[in-house]
Amino acid sequence: MAFRIEPRRAPPASLFYLTPVLAVAVTVVLGALLFAALGYAPGATLYHFFVSPLTTVNGLAELVLKATPLAMIGVGLAAGFRANVWNIGAEGQLTLGAIAGGMTALELIDVDAPWVLPLMALAGVAGGMAWAAIPAFLKVRFDVSEILTSLMLTYVAGLLLALLVHGPLKDPTGYGFPQSAMFAPSANLPMLVNGTRLNAGALVGLAVVLGAWLVLARTIVGFQIRVVGEAPAAARYAGFSAPRIVWLTLLAGGGLAGLAGVFEVAGPIGQLVPSISPGYGFTAIIVAFLGRLHPVGILLAALLMALSYIGGENAQVAVNLPRAATGVFQGLLLFVLLASDFLVRYRIRLARPARAAP
Amino acid sequence: MDLGESAPAPRLSLRGIVKRFPGVVANDAVSLDVRQGEIHGLIGENGAGKSTLVKIIDGVLQPDEGEILWQGRPVTIPDPRAARRLGIGMVFQHFSLFEAMSVVENVALGLDDPPPRNRLAAEIRDVAADYGLPLDPARDVHTLSVGERQRIEIVRALLQKPRLLIMDEPTSVLTPQEVERLFATLRRLAGEGCSILYISHKLQEITALCERATILRGGKVVAACDPRRETAGSMAQMMIGAELRTVARRSGAVVGAPRLVVEGLDLPASDPHGVALKGIGFEVRAGEIVGIAGVAGNGQGELEQALAGERPAARPEAIRIDGRPAGRLGPDERRAAGLCCVPEERNGHGAVPGFTLVENGILSAHHRRGLVGGGLIRLRKARAFAAEIVSAFDVRTPGVDAAASSLSGGNLQKFVVGREILQGPGVLVVSQPTWGVDAGAAAAIHAALIRLAGEGAAILVISQDLDELLMLSDRLAVINGGVLSPPRPTDAMSVEEIGLLMGGVHGVDPAPAEAAHGV
Repeated sequence: MAFRIEPRRAPPASLFYLTPVLAVAVTVVLGALLFAALGYAPGATLYHFFVSPLTTVNGLAELVLKATPLAMIGVGLAAGFRANVWNIGAEGQLTLGAIAGGMTALELIDVDAPWVLPLMALAGVAGGMAWAAIPAFLKVRFDVSEILTSLMLTYVAGLLLALLVHGPLKDPTGYGFPQSAMFAPSANLPMLVNGTRLNAGALVGLAVVLGAWLVLARTIVGFQIRVVGEAPAAARYAGFSAPRIVWLTLLAGGGLAGLAGVFEVAGPIGQLVPSISPGYGFTAIIVAFLGRLHPVGILLAALLMALSYIGGENAQVAVNLPRAATGVFQGLLLFVLLASDFLVRYRIRLARPARAAP
Repeated sequence: MDLGESAPAPRLSLRGIVKRFPGVVANDAVSLDVRQGEIHGLIGENGAGKSTLVKIIDGVLQPDEGEILWQGRPVTIPDPRAARRLGIGMVFQHFSLFEAMSVVENVALGLDDPPPRNRLAAEIRDVAADYGLPLDPARDVHTLSVGERQRIEIVRALLQKPRLLIMDEPTSVLTPQEVERLFATLRRLAGEGCSILYISHKLQEITALCERATILRGGKVVAACDPRRETAGSMAQMMIGAELRTVARRSGAVVGAPRLVVEGLDLPASDPHGVALKGIGFEVRAGEIVGIAGVAGNGQGELEQALAGERPAARPEAIRIDGRPAGRLGPDERRAAGLCCVPEERNGHGAVPGFTLVENGILSAHHRRGLVGGGLIRLRKARAFAAEIVSAFDVRTPGVDAAASSLSGGNLQKFVVGREILQGPGVLVVSQPTWGVDAGAAAAIHAALIRLAGEGAAILVISQDLDELLMLSDRLAVINGGVLSPPRPTDAMSVEEIGLLMGGVHGVDPAPAEAAHGV
């Protein structure tokens, strides 16, 4: 007797969209058990995790502020994932975007002009793209796994940022702290809601999501991305160039991550510091899959993940939940999602090896 | 066959083996004997049931009916391990080796009870030296040539002291020198009393090697013969069958200027099991249908990819479409130039299984049917095109939004063929146009191809179905080992000649075969 895993003949389409919802529900239940096991009242902890952040204007603003980079990076990565291009180095591309945008801002610190911010955004996109171009080149030219190169470049990017803020970009009047000077007002994103940190980046993020939706669903480029991912041989047959798609999706993912990086330094941070992102580039991978690689799904998933960040902080303050519990909770969500995905596509059966009649 | 009292029982006897798969009887009452120390040939076209029979002997499949006798005793072989215990060794056509591991590690993985590494290495060295199969146990597999890799499989089988060695198309990946060496080893083994069941469709090898041969066609034994007393020609006829001639030919076509001209087309093999194309040359004229016959795996897939543009040629002039050099163009540029293509594999190559029919219509027709404007997909036009294919080719589907994977193989084939024909190509390259479709649909596809030719298109049909080729094509060529025979008018070719070409016998005058057959 043995377990056998076999593909289901026709997994119902509704399940495909239902599983993320189901996975969230299961995660909440498992999370409650986790909190209980750690000695926290599960009901109160979950309330502070998921509900109380949504009851204040500031909470909602923070939610959108955190969801914006997740959604922007998520849709960029999703384009690649759909084409089987596994860029998991968005964190590094974000960092390079922040460096490029931040250096532009520092260079123009005395300029007060409306074009400073757009120029920073362009520099950030270029920085992210340049960082993503390295794995793209290695993949296309030498068939090196982009999973490894993009991930390793993340750590290089982090060290590069540290080097800069400890060295050439350190604010000379900053009492030796490893951070740059504060950007000029013209290099800061305009605020959307007074009294909160919500800025215009959220609107750009929304536009990016809608634009990505249009590109993926209605353009021939999006069509090519999907064909390359679903059936590489069919893509070759159709004449869609796989190397071109590798370049395109990596540059798109890198560019959007870079833009998200600029928005962080030009928004809530306002200067270059040694650590710019609380892991947005990695969390965006979860967001992309939770959102079923669909831009609208990614938007919803980004809001959910943002809630788990803010809720985690909230629960830290309100019930002293350890910080690591937030990370465990997020990992749990991805795990349950992947597991339920697997069970939608396959079923496990108890099978006896067939014995033939003599 | 009358076994005398003293004659030993055959090493292996199959009695009335029947194996059914859904919709097909792969083996239909197959009986054969393999005597001790005999090299026994098993011949047949692809799909004749050779592989199924071998899998039954090796215990991978169980027969639905019939009996297996080992040295005269009835046995059941529930799995390959049991086959090995009986003394049945197997060398597969495609090797299952781990490239990153050494020879000795690979051999150990294939043994039920491997001895310690250094003793095994010594044994490998002994067997290898003994049989003239030079092999270094310490080498990593990825550094070895294909011939050397096969030696690993043979040595692995020999280490188990087999009394029956089954070789499935062993020479398809070997150079002529390696073939000679292999044959010497096999003769030596047979001389020592090991029986060998040698599976091939290469008739020359069978005549060179085997004392007896069993010929399968359509799952049945059609003949058992002594290859030394047959010719390649007579065996080809038995393998392919004589009833082919009854198929009605289409009436003579009016042909015009050449639309597809291929000249000196070379293409290296893309993987160790692939076939390199060597000096392919032919032309297809307007209104003409040219057929390419051949046993599967002789370069048909490579030729189709080379013509479609999936793998560009080295020189632009190697392929001309309506006079325009196209050898370096990609598939979409060739389509724009007028060449459309139906690949052999529908799922994942000619169509994306997870996509709807509308999307699969866009896949290859977006340019010629104007389904994209300014980078945006024209959904209304794409839907209309899919609907047009569905109605023109009678594709049974709940609608154009159904996924390609929800269609039966035959219906998807109709859709893919229809998609290419409705683009009105100047040149159509079509592989296995009616594979897996029912007779009615096949007739409809044939009619559509003939109609397209009548409109002045040049059509190249690559098929393993000789009936289809004889019926459709004005001229016929045979591909074997990546080499294409010169196309000749179909009327002027005999079945025997085609069979000889398919079996890799080039430039043999068929006349002596007739004489030999009379002996």
